[in-house]
Amino acid sequence: MMSRESVVSASALVKTFGDVRALRGVGFEVGTGEVVGFLGPNGAGKSTAIRILAGFLGADSGTAKICGIDVALDPVSAKQHLGYLPESNPLYTEMRVQDFLQFAAGARGLSGGVARAAIDQAVERTGLASVWGRLIGECSKGFRQRVGLAQALLHEPDLLILDEPTNGLDPLQVVEIRELVRELGREKTVLLTSHVLSEVEALAGRVVLLHQGEKVADGSLAELTTQAGVMPVQVSAICDGASLAAACTEAGAETIRELPNHADGASSWLCEWSVSSIGAAQTQAHAVRALTDAGLTLIEFSPQNATLESLFRTLSRPSSVEVSS
Amino acid sequence: MKAFLLAKREWKSAVDSPVAYVLLALLPAVSAAFFFVMGPFFDRGVATLRDFFGLLPWLFVMVIPAITMRAWAEERRSGTEELLMTYPMRLRDLVLGKFLGAWGLLAASLFFTAGIPLTVASLGDLDWGPVVGGYLGAMLMGAAAISFGLFLSASTRNQVVAWLISAVGLMTWNMLDFAATAEATPPALGRWLLAADFDEHFFAFARGVVDFRDVVFYLSVTVFFLCLNGLTFEHRRAS
Repeated sequence: MMSRESVVSASALVKTFGDVRALRGVGFEVGTGEVVGFLGPNGAGKSTAIRILAGFLGADSGTAKICGIDVALDPVSAKQHLGYLPESNPLYTEMRVQDFLQFAAGARGLSGGVARAAIDQAVERTGLASVWGRLIGECSKGFRQRVGLAQALLHEPDLLILDEPTNGLDPLQVVEIRELVRELGREKTVLLTSHVLSEVEALAGRVVLLHQGEKVADGSLAELTTQAGVMPVQVSAICDGASLAAACTEAGAETIRELPNHADGASSWLCEWSVSSIGAAQTQAHAVRALTDAGLTLIEFSPQNATLESLFRTLSRPSSVEVSS
Repeated sequence: MKAFLLAKREWKSAVDSPVAYVLLALLPAVSAAFFFVMGPFFDRGVATLRDFFGLLPWLFVMVIPAITMRAWAEERRSGTEELLMTYPMRLRDLVLGKFLGAWGLLAASLFFTAGIPLTVASLGDLDWGPVVGGYLGAMLMGAAAISFGLFLSASTRNQVVAWLISAVGLMTWNMLDFAATAEATPPALGRWLLAADFDEHFFAFARGVVDFRDVVFYLSVTVFFLCLNGLTFEHRRAS
């Protein structure tokens, strides 16, 4: 059973770099055992918020706490609870994997047998045994990512912060690292950032959406989709693409995007209906009726989670509905 | 203590990198070459290391910036600074760790110059007092130069720039005595310049005299730049 006690609690974080206001009063909480995804386009302020939490940057104002400890006031104690994989995973490439992990363990205050046991466990968990004696610079990118993860979880931290954990990896490595993060998420509190919606969707139970230094939404992806007031639906019918597109637009779809072609003369479009006034079920009913009235042979009408693009389009609009956090 | 942990990491990295071996070899090789081959040692026929220690401050101008240039600049360039700064280590342990790492390398480098006094001792009757004093002074002067170099390395992400500014800075600092004794310099200012000169405080050590004021000078410079180094990070974190 999860308790709802906050591992991370950040409030009203403001950070300015010169003329650029990177964060304009961002606050969020992460409860014990939660896996939370920080989502936003590049430059949204994700890494800045993460770096303030990790104690690498100081906020202009606002507070960041890890396990109740203010990072600015008692950085050393706060950092003790934190395992951190920085963006682009910087490592001492001239060190051997084993030496680096020993150093990381020491930096966390582990020594002797405790350190050895912790390293062994982290190595087993991240599958590093085969590169144990190798120079980090000679390891593949996937293995380097594992080294980065291993150093972050050595000391069994209460909180794991992973900044873009799969950025720059090839598709196979992305799958591997995601699987690893998913496993870690089962037993740990994780805050991860990504600019890829599908990644957050695959890993995180809750999403904090940042846009231009502000939090625009906070909730599960399904909730955000509802709150955004859009209903993306995959529509497929036995007809050519153009007539289906015309029918969808006629049926009130606001945006449409063609999906890869079906076989057997069918075509598919991803359409978005606005659901703000009459509710999702009614909108669906209306749309289906309009499409069948148009004489189409529908073979699929399946509502989807919102895409990142549509979330931003709707949630970051000034007139967007107030989103509860 | 976590400062030693970082110092140990620095040493371990050094053992794995060819640059460190070059550095370790440079000081003994160059000083031996100057001392025995180019210097007047054999002409003079006196068993003294005076010329070796006279040369040392100038060798330090080259070698110490080469030891310190990587220290912070490389961490910053490669991004590992972010790892280091987010480990639960105090800033003073980090700064002290880098310092001890570099100081240890200097000690190793100086250790390999021991061939020079041993050779001289085998040739004639060497007075060991000035030798011990000279090495003690070299370590103190080295500490001050290292903390100066580390501070400059923390202020840039480019190693070459770090080396250049440190080397030029140390060289200028070594040459204050020329300005102090120039005719145009008023005597009062001259005394100040001489007191502030970097290597001026070293030569008494090389004569076997450990003057309290010289020790205080090098220690103050060391502490001053280590503090400045820490403040650089405080400032950067906040800005």
